[in-house]
Amino acid sequence: MRSDATARPPDRLLDELALLSDDEAQAAALLAVDPAGLGGACLRSGPHPWRDAWLARLRGLLPEGAPMRRLPAGTGDTELLGGLDLTATLAGGRPVLKTGLLSQAHGGLVLLAMAERLSAETAAHLRAVLDTGQLQLQREGLARQMEVSIGLVALDEGLDEDEGLLPALRDRLAFWLKAPQPLDEEQALGRAVPTMPSQSAEDIIAARERLALVELPETHLQALCATALALGVTSLRPTLMAARVARVAAALEGHTCVGDQHAALAARLVLAPRATRLPASASADEPDAAPPPEPPSEAGSESPEETPPHEQAPPPSAQELEELMISAVQACLSPGLLAMLRAGQSLRRQRAADGKAGAERKNFRRGRPLGAVRGDLRGGARLHLLATLRAAAPWQRLRKQGLSPDGRSEAGQRIEVRREDFHIRRFRQHSSTTTVFVVDASGSSALHRLAEAKGAVELLLADCYVRRDRVAVLAFRGSQAQLLLPPTRSLARAKRSLAALPGGGGTPLATALEAAYQLAGQIARGGDTPLVVLLTDGRANVARDGSPGRSRAAQEALAAARPFAAEALSCLLIDTSPQPQESARQLAQAMRAHYLPLPHADAHKLSQAVRLALPEVG
Amino acid sequence: MAYTFPFAAIVGQDEMKLAILMAAIDPALGGVLVLGDRGTGKSTAVRALARLLPPMKVISACPYQCDPAEPQRCCPACQQALNEGRKPKTHTQPVQVVDLPLGATEDRVVGALDLERALSQGVKAFEPGLLARANRGFLYIDEVNLLEDHLVDLLIDVAASGENVIEREGLSIRHPARFVLVGSGNPEEGELRPQLLDRFGLSVEVKTPEDLSSRVEVVRRREAYERDPAGFCAEWEKDAEKLRRKISGARKRLQAIDIPEQARLRASQLCMALGTDGLRGDMTLLRAARACAALEGHTQVNDKHLRRVAPPALRHRLRRHVLDDTGSTPRIERVLAELMPV
Repeated sequence: MRSDATARPPDRLLDELALLSDDEAQAAALLAVDPAGLGGACLRSGPHPWRDAWLARLRGLLPEGAPMRRLPAGTGDTELLGGLDLTATLAGGRPVLKTGLLSQAHGGLVLLAMAERLSAETAAHLRAVLDTGQLQLQREGLARQMEVSIGLVALDEGLDEDEGLLPALRDRLAFWLKAPQPLDEEQALGRAVPTMPSQSAEDIIAARERLALVELPETHLQALCATALALGVTSLRPTLMAARVARVAAALEGHTCVGDQHAALAARLVLAPRATRLPASASADEPDAAPPPEPPSEAGSESPEETPPHEQAPPPSAQELEELMISAVQACLSPGLLAMLRAGQSLRRQRAADGKAGAERKNFRRGRPLGAVRGDLRGGARLHLLATLRAAAPWQRLRKQGLSPDGRSEAGQRIEVRREDFHIRRFRQHSSTTTVFVVDASGSSALHRLAEAKGAVELLLADCYVRRDRVAVLAFRGSQAQLLLPPTRSLARAKRSLAALPGGGGTPLATALEAAYQLAGQIARGGDTPLVVLLTDGRANVARDGSPGRSRAAQEALAAARPFAAEALSCLLIDTSPQPQESARQLAQAMRAHYLPLPHADAHKLSQAVRLALPEVG
Repeated sequence: MAYTFPFAAIVGQDEMKLAILMAAIDPALGGVLVLGDRGTGKSTAVRALARLLPPMKVISACPYQCDPAEPQRCCPACQQALNEGRKPKTHTQPVQVVDLPLGATEDRVVGALDLERALSQGVKAFEPGLLARANRGFLYIDEVNLLEDHLVDLLIDVAASGENVIEREGLSIRHPARFVLVGSGNPEEGELRPQLLDRFGLSVEVKTPEDLSSRVEVVRRREAYERDPAGFCAEWEKDAEKLRRKISGARKRLQAIDIPEQARLRASQLCMALGTDGLRGDMTLLRAARACAALEGHTQVNDKHLRRVAPPALRHRLRRHVLDDTGSTPRIERVLAELMPV
């Protein structure tokens, strides 16, 4: 990967600029005006010329002297926050602070490379700095408080939905930009050349000075809030950001009052990428209802709580403005997002991105390095030499004084290290996964499914053997659930216990879910990450106490499904009925499981689906 | 940078505000845990707390802000001075809300060798850490669920004993570390260990307001603050002063508040019905109710207080029920409705 736009001569800018849309180009300018206030941008793209062009534009607009520092994904706390400068401290005989990357970037931008790999800890540091504008350093005997006002540009190279910048950090970045889809030739030719807003670094400086004076009229404020609600952007932070973006946009154009076009730009840039539903007026609460594509003019026209102040009746009321914004937003929603929102899929696969998948464990022996901690060299732990020296450094003079009476301090140059100084390395290791198959063996579920399930288990186990993962099978029929195969790695054992899987009887779904939940809990306590794969048609008809009755059984099943969602367990629900069942879909929703209708699945397809759902093992 | 968003200007979030105020009134409550969605103003509220607390009297030379009025709670040096009848110099200073940043190393938290003096003069001297600074004040941990395990253990230990003990290479120091632990976090980003959860007296869940008018109000105030922090704070100063008086009044009244037998009975019934573990629930519930009564200017704890404080005092003490939602709040409300119908 190129080392970013930092060293790029500005001449090549112009030809690259055609890659950016107007809004994207404008976003770069806005960020240059107010990096700390807007938080930054998340660029979701591989090393694409589009990304380079955007970064080049941003770099070109940043005022002289504003730093732009690159933060590699694996950066440790000391490099990030600062710490004791070992060499200078030992040489100078007094503690010397080595500033971290964050304080070096004060007043400018931090470029976060491979943002999808960022650890939760580093993200938390970045968050604290973005939120408070300060860096609290409490490390290695040093206590400082530094002003650090930075913006963050995250280069998110995540490939699928599950992979990406941690939501908690991304939430704080105003702009979410995505590389454009490749155009075919015709499209490329027919594309209008963007009318590039031409700003210079001087404009940026002028805008910075103007920013504090810019006012946000009440109508625009209300319209922004209403638009956010209509788009299903529930967190308030995006709305606050949109308000700020609108003000910055006004400042950039030399205004002291936010105009319609600024608010619309803010809605497009900040609110649109965060939309979780289409602004359908009537079915606003029911995103699942798959609203038909409605004309934008009608959208959001009836927000009941809307109370525009009619004191002076300004040209566009808050309501009209809101409509204007929503249509602006709809025009710029990407086709993919639009399709997803229409289908009522509320972008729910957030759990994995929250850092839950492939749960990590701290380990002293192997895995990805995770810094050092004070401790003994026991149980194969490895010494962290630098941290040990750092801990020993302050004591050198004292220790040598202590020794001098014995006359053993001849070796004055030597650094004396004692046991208390020992720091050991820590590593992060992905724990292995245990896949729990919960198989519906009832009469309603076609008997042959059981055979497929068995086949899938065997295929997976063959695969698991390589990955050191385990498999368990829980079957349910009649009035009970039975653990047919306790978590195991043994293929032979699985074959044996699955050889005679009986079928037929009622569907005691709640009982099965309860048992699965308990098993998953056991597995998690043992240090493994459970993945629950439920094969069913979702038509429960036996309640927990064994009594028949569809409605009560279904209710209980839904209740039993909720703990899965609450604990964010990875789940996959495979709907085995010939027609996808609404009841199964509801159940998947309650569990927050992946829903996968596999009417004609064979063992291969099944094991493939499970493999896809398995967390990445590092 | 001298400005923080005023506490009084926070829109809504009544339960969170009440819990924070109660923890400030009665430090023995055991602190507050604020859990909730992103962008709900959790940290804003806690950071704003510092400006609400009435200043306290401290012994000037003491690094632990010892209280001259309470010799038995002082550090050994101050204790000796006071017992010998000396009158150390004192001054008043604002109560500290100490931020515990996530990357803090252990030595900075508990205190360690004074590097400067060790290196330049070769003198072994103790440099107090964050726990010392937090004595008699607040210790705030943002993203408490992401805190390193060994620091969590350490904090639990100190919070329980009220004393910080350092033993390292000839340094042998113990000093009082009584602080109100305030944590905030987003449960989606990492779970909180049950031991730490139980350590907090109160826990509140914050949610983003969903009605347009209060959302507009939040944005409006934030905008006003960002444009002119000084002016905005000045505008809210009157409310802040009112709140300050309310807190110091409530602190004075706290010990005199009567807890009738009836209320004690109610509290026990509540805890039994909810199946909370141990007696901590009862104790905290009553304490919180007392603080609530003090805050509202009552002289006696009544059902209304209990009803208000039951969710924050108990919701993190319920055992998780396999068949029930995580939401302990509805469970508490159900029991409240049964036992204490309005």
